[in-house]
Amino acid sequence: MSSLALPLRVFEYWLMQYRRVWRATAITSVVNPVFYLGALGIGLGTLVNKSSGASLGVPYIDFVAPGLLAATAMTVATGEASWPVMGSIKWTRQYFAMLATPLGTRDIVLGHQLWMTTRVVMTSAVYLAVIAAFGGVDSPYGILALPAAVLLGAAFTTPFAAYAATRDNDAAFVPVNRFIVIPMFLFSGTFFPVSQLPKALEWLAYATPLWHGVELCRMFTLGDVDWLRVLGHSAYLMLFVVIGFLCAERTYAQRLLK
Amino acid sequence: MTKGADIRARLGVVPQQDTLDMELTVRENIIIYGRYFGLPRSDLGRRADELIDFVQLGERANDKVEPLSGGMKRRLTIARSLVNDPEVLLLDEPTTGLDPQARHTVWDRLFRLKQRGVTQILTTHYMDEAEQLCDRLVVMDKGKIAAEGSPQELIQRYSTREVVELRFRAENRPEEVATELESRLDGFVRRLEALPDRLLLYTDDGDATASHVHELNLQPESVLVRRSTLEDVFLHLTGRTLVDD
Repeated sequence: MSSLALPLRVFEYWLMQYRRVWRATAITSVVNPVFYLGALGIGLGTLVNKSSGASLGVPYIDFVAPGLLAATAMTVATGEASWPVMGSIKWTRQYFAMLATPLGTRDIVLGHQLWMTTRVVMTSAVYLAVIAAFGGVDSPYGILALPAAVLLGAAFTTPFAAYAATRDNDAAFVPVNRFIVIPMFLFSGTFFPVSQLPKALEWLAYATPLWHGVELCRMFTLGDVDWLRVLGHSAYLMLFVVIGFLCAERTYAQRLLK
Repeated sequence: MTKGADIRARLGVVPQQDTLDMELTVRENIIIYGRYFGLPRSDLGRRADELIDFVQLGERANDKVEPLSGGMKRRLTIARSLVNDPEVLLLDEPTTGLDPQARHTVWDRLFRLKQRGVTQILTTHYMDEAEQLCDRLVVMDKGKIAAEGSPQELIQRYSTREVVELRFRAENRPEEVATELESRLDGFVRRLEALPDRLLLYTDDGDATASHVHELNLQPESVLVRRSTLEDVFLHLTGRTLVDD
């Protein structure tokens, strides 16, 4: 990858845009984990611990918190890679403004990806801090859940941006959300072990990038780290990042340079 | 950087459809665009203010773009395209959709840029715009060059100095009058064009032709003598049929 100077100019645009809305997103990123951990970790967790604490091996909040962290990284990533990408083509047409300057499609893809990743870092860092405040981080390895969540985010931002660049309106994002993002959110080992699923669905869950991200985050916050598995999960997610990025370069070029 | 990037660094572009971020302010739009060129942030504030003054948007500098009028947005796009001090400015229909006041303001700014030595290449459907702004122009028809030259050259070559427009009541059928006139106006008129409601007489001396017409006692509803324009050239070269593409 050549110099980052040009992509960073693209990144700067997103930073400038963000300055207008940061307060709202900052509040959301603190309030959300507090609500979720309160309701699920403490509220629901009390019931779960009483009835089946033994089968999870850990208190429910310790189990669900890293799941929520990973799922949130995914949600932020898919959101940042959907509307803003299409909007830069159809609404603000900012990608076209960039193309009239020395910037090229690759700079635009990379710069925007850097920004999306930054958003995942920001949200995940706050989430992890709130989890720690709730006592959901059992090990110093827990800090590694942050890069894990960010890698997971990138596994979503790249293919989602590649797809969004082909869309003419945001109607397409509704089914993607309904049939891909939300089912993953619920069934990829976030709230309960995937071994609870019927066999076929269990295998499907193993194929989702979210499951690999959840596993990584959970290993780190529980302090139960198997480095070989860390390597395997990371490699699987990297595969999504690389293929997604290559696809995004292609779809951006097709869309912007026709 | 590639060659393309080097070239784009020296160009200014005013696209037909604005590519402004409506949520950012006038000033921010110019500053971020300057950053795309890699211009140092420390210079850009001052540069943006100069450009904003140049296009007379000073009072709106810190307002969002969204509520600005079409003419103001256009002026902002022009200001923004100048942020890198381009050697060549490309403008795609710079005043399409603007009201007359806004058009004249844009023309005035473009004329000043021309005086400063900025080469401008513009596309337009407005022949008066071409006549106002261009030293050299190219008439395109169906993707091919139909003619090129200065506005004056083109008028001389493809039209006459003046045009006499005779307007008739519909029942007088200009086409029929035209056939009748064709022989009798010989020598006075270089070319004659019959439209559904009008006859256009292309001539070098409009007043003489008009008084000659008067002597023929045709009794048109109105007679207008005017200078030939680029519009006449354009319609002559590309025809009057609607082109739907």
